[in-house]
Amino acid sequence: MTNNSSLIQVENLHIGLEDGTELVKGIDFSMGRERVALVGESGSGKSLTARSLMGLLPASLHVQANRFELLGEAVLAYSQRQWLQLRGKQVSMVLQDPKYALNPSQNIGRQVEEPLVLHQSLAKKTRVEKVEHMLDAVGLPNPAKLRKLYPHQLSGGMGQRVMLAIALINDPQFLIADEPTSALDHAVRDQVLELIASLVEERNMGLLLISHDLQQVADYSERVLVMYQGQLIDQLPASQLSNATHPYTQTLWSCRPNIDKRGQALPVLDRGALATLTEGAAK
Amino acid sequence: MSVLELKDVSISHVQGLEKNTVVHDVNVSVKAGECFGLVGPSGCGKSTLLWVLAGLNPHWSGGIQLLDQPLKPGKVFSGELRRRVQMVFQDPYASLHPKHRLRRALSEPLKLLGYQDIDDRLSEGFKLVGLTENMIDRYPHQLSGGQRQRVAIIRALLLEPKLLLLDEPTSALDMSVQAEILNLLNELKAKRDLTMIMVSHDPEVVDYMCDHAVTMKAGRIDKETFYD
Repeated sequence: MTNNSSLIQVENLHIGLEDGTELVKGIDFSMGRERVALVGESGSGKSLTARSLMGLLPASLHVQANRFELLGEAVLAYSQRQWLQLRGKQVSMVLQDPKYALNPSQNIGRQVEEPLVLHQSLAKKTRVEKVEHMLDAVGLPNPAKLRKLYPHQLSGGMGQRVMLAIALINDPQFLIADEPTSALDHAVRDQVLELIASLVEERNMGLLLISHDLQQVADYSERVLVMYQGQLIDQLPASQLSNATHPYTQTLWSCRPNIDKRGQALPVLDRGALATLTEGAAK
Repeated sequence: MSVLELKDVSISHVQGLEKNTVVHDVNVSVKAGECFGLVGPSGCGKSTLLWVLAGLNPHWSGGIQLLDQPLKPGKVFSGELRRRVQMVFQDPYASLHPKHRLRRALSEPLKLLGYQDIDDRLSEGFKLVGLTENMIDRYPHQLSGGQRQRVAIIRALLLEPKLLLLDEPTSALDMSVQAEILNLLNELKAKRDLTMIMVSHDPEVVDYMCDHAVTMKAGRIDKETFYD
């Protein structure tokens, strides 16, 4: 994979509330056309970081950074209009739960078509062709019929595939997947992650995969960033996870139950020790 | 001694005049002190079965013997059984009253049963699940998801149940918090001589926790596993 053109460059990113409470405390990272997992517990600031990359933070939050570049553009000062041109075309996002993220009153075809209508000027016939082709590419059966269905007629896994079709139909350069599988059944999770990883690879895109399940995303990413309480506390290649040195990463890696761990207590976080550790890192 | 015997149990959901049978001819026996797992994809009927055992759905047929007491279809639970079977729900955000402090929410059933030493019992319960006593006077929204699930577990345990029903107790939680809750449940099981019935869609959780499990598929038992 070509890594030379950097898609995202973030230096010293702060996200805070108006009263001065910091939610994301100065993180640096950059990524190119690669698959990166952003892992952490709820409240660690991983979703905020991802949303700031899409310009989707609520106005009550303040974003500051020394450098905040997306596809080589300094997007921190972007107006709403500029964001609209970027979102859905160059960068796109898949959300957690298709039940809430899809519009219940519009059929699937119309929702998948919407990014095409907004960002390209194509004839209706071409659009329909593209939609059907895309639905086929995300592994949905019988696209012509599916186009006319409504979200409540689909299962969770199918809904998530539709979300992915919407995100990818304009061939964006960069995809953010915010916990794309936590609303899904266990058996379907791996299928959806597999699909995301293979489509991203095929199109040579960048992928930022957000999750709280380190073991699951490790198979589908090349690099892992670990966040804890607004700080980026560890980064390492996915292949090195089993020899992680940071205690937080070690615990996340090994806390998943399985049959071999029967009768033993699962490793849990020593939050007191971790607090002193992160304070030390901040100084 | 078995805590629960199911014989040819079928369960329906009744909507108006229509009856939709979703669980067919289930035969299961759960021994005392066991952790029994119900696994399967969504829609396979595992939660439906659990709801019957909690007395929340009377539309079933067949024979159920629960804590040495035969149940009758169409009848709600009565007497001791109401206390002896307790349930912990999937979503800790939805299972605690948002406008009541924890003290009020947790002491309500104890008051009803005429306990005198409610405050002592509450602080003992909070210690048992690893929370500090000063949290008793908080509202549910002032706790994290994992803490709230611990409170839901205290609520169930305060009534000294014999059988604890767990409906996906960790699926709304983070992986690292899940580990904490599973450890807690294992500890409690050893300390309190509890029988637990746990519904989960994650086979790994069941592999880790349970002594005996069934996999359900389309309302029927597909596979029965005994772990040793």
